[in-house]
Amino acid sequence: MANLKELSKKPDGFSPGHRLCAGCGIPIIPKLLYKVTDYDIVVASATGCFEVATTIYPYTSWLKPFVHSAFENAAATISGVEAMYQSLKKQGKIPANRKLKFVAFGGDGGTYDIGLQSLSGALERGHDIVYICYDNGAYMNTGIQRSSATPYGAATTTSPAGKVIPGKMQRRKDLTNIALAHHIDYAAQTAVSHWNDLATKLQKGLDLDGPAFICVMSPCVPGWMYPSDQSIEVTRMAVETGYWPLFEMDHGVFRINYKPKQKLPVADWLKLQGRFRHLFRPENSYVIEEIQRQVDAYWEYLDHMAQAFPAPQK
Amino acid sequence: MAKIVATTGNSAMAYAMKQINPDVCAAYPITPSTQVMEEFSKYVADGVVNTNLVTVESEHSAMSACIGAAAAGGRVLTATSANGMALMWEMLYIAAGMRLPIVMALVNRALSAPINIHCDHSDSFGARDTGWIQLYSENAQEAYDNLIQAVRISEHPDVRLPVMVCQDGFIISHSIERMEYLEDDEVRKFIGEYKPMYALLDIDKPVTLGSLDLQDYYIEHKRQEAEAMKLATPVIDAVARDFEKMTGRAYGLFEAYHLDDAEIGIVAVNSAAGTIKEIIDQYRRKGVKVGLLKPRLFRPFPAEAYARALGHLKAITVLDRVDSFGAMAGPLMLEVRAALYDLPKRPVTIGKIYGLGGRDLEESHCQYVIDELVQSAASGKFREVCEYITVRE
Repeated sequence: MANLKELSKKPDGFSPGHRLCAGCGIPIIPKLLYKVTDYDIVVASATGCFEVATTIYPYTSWLKPFVHSAFENAAATISGVEAMYQSLKKQGKIPANRKLKFVAFGGDGGTYDIGLQSLSGALERGHDIVYICYDNGAYMNTGIQRSSATPYGAATTTSPAGKVIPGKMQRRKDLTNIALAHHIDYAAQTAVSHWNDLATKLQKGLDLDGPAFICVMSPCVPGWMYPSDQSIEVTRMAVETGYWPLFEMDHGVFRINYKPKQKLPVADWLKLQGRFRHLFRPENSYVIEEIQRQVDAYWEYLDHMAQAFPAPQK
Repeated sequence: MAKIVATTGNSAMAYAMKQINPDVCAAYPITPSTQVMEEFSKYVADGVVNTNLVTVESEHSAMSACIGAAAAGGRVLTATSANGMALMWEMLYIAAGMRLPIVMALVNRALSAPINIHCDHSDSFGARDTGWIQLYSENAQEAYDNLIQAVRISEHPDVRLPVMVCQDGFIISHSIERMEYLEDDEVRKFIGEYKPMYALLDIDKPVTLGSLDLQDYYIEHKRQEAEAMKLATPVIDAVARDFEKMTGRAYGLFEAYHLDDAEIGIVAVNSAAGTIKEIIDQYRRKGVKVGLLKPRLFRPFPAEAYARALGHLKAITVLDRVDSFGAMAGPLMLEVRAALYDLPKRPVTIGKIYGLGGRDLEESHCQYVIDELVQSAASGKFREVCEYITVRE
């Protein structure tokens, strides 16, 4: 469990002055990342909002080593960096006590979609990396196009709410469970609204020798369409309504990290965002009912997982 | 002390990789270069190299991992062919744009469709604008020698560009030839220690690599890349001279075969040059003054050097084992012709497309080319600017 006061005293690895939008959820993640650990970290990022807004030459927001090469290959790129580290260390060209950690960032476009193969390869090969997906539920960098992380019913520029089709008609892919299918020791879903859950999961990922995967819900003001001072509240509501459960699989133990005392109806989250506005027209009420059904079914699935992979009895 | 062996082009490249002993190698198998990685994997499994071998899930990831590893700050090699290199395409530009000294063993193969596993040069000639230096090899010996020299070229502070070493798929990659291997320590001494200018793993000197360049910087960085390519030509020459001191085997920007006193000439890269030399010998015995220029470099393209070597000829045929569909002629022909344009008296320059998908270049084809050249030299005329040969029309 992290202590916010202690964390605030730790040196920064990611500096302010970047050009991400006001209210963007992403910078919370790197800010915490460098503070939760004493390891030196090398970061690779996929092309996306995060990369373009933090590395506009001749400026950089990265106080520590950072590399970007392309969109679909953050996992392969960090694999190469980590492989070089292991090689040079084995050859004695890097001192044995110099312990480095390797982190890759990708948005949901760079991770769920175009980068899925590269991620799968890296997880299967077992590199000592933490892959962090900042999931804002669409291709935000190119102007809010649908991804396989876009929620059912959401309007994007390529799944607009039209006269006959009410937004995106496919469900979000369960990427964290896809990552788990690689038999990795740690995979988790978290959200920037829950800093302690996020910090703890980042720490667990970094402390592990081997691949870890963390999917972080990160709100997007222009993509979700809400006032920029409401980012944390909107994200928190995704958790409170059960749309975005916080869970982890940690060395074979499955935990739901937060259970709302009373799950709020998913409509309470939807109504905060312009991307779901069309669903509140009477003719589209069935879509909200379908989203609620999906949320309830997913919780049932998570409960089964928690029962199937309990913590060992002491 | 050189070791004389009988081996294939692929084994020769794998052996060169073993002797180079890269820190990281990331690759994905594809015919006809698969053997290079199979044999290298054995060296890794037996512990005779220090290499961390990353067996990625695609060629795109192979080049991406090579980029990550090179940016981390060490020596990196890979091998591929044809469609594999096509899948790397995006990353080829990025490797060069990031100025990373990655060396690739490229076993030339035709691009699909139709799918075909045999030799032509559509892969490497298609990649001519990626910013990679390209060295061509007639035989296994040249492939081996070029691969070793490529390490020095790519890592030179003036250059810092990736290099691909090309040899012909199957024709060379799978044929056994007599060749000479250097000793491991000779190779080690020749390539030296690699000291990267910027390294991600140099944690005390943090760098941001792969930044976003907007309108205010992109063209300056591309201009620097162009300058590095220009500076590569003298470096390639200097490395070749050092290599000759060690081995006695002379390399330069090109090989000239009976060119000085020739009246007509052929230009061709890779294994076709071997066949053409045989036919040139036949014609020389008949008194026909024909010669060959075998480019070792296509990128950078040493236009002045090629023009100097070819300018005295009356007529030249350039053989391309690749088509640039819809272009006036094949890519090598167009560049050779352009190189000759500024000469006060230009030779007649003819293009031929040959050997796509592994079709053999036979004696009769070479005779056809030379017979036409004899006539063109006399008349100043030719049948077509560019014609397919080795084909059923």
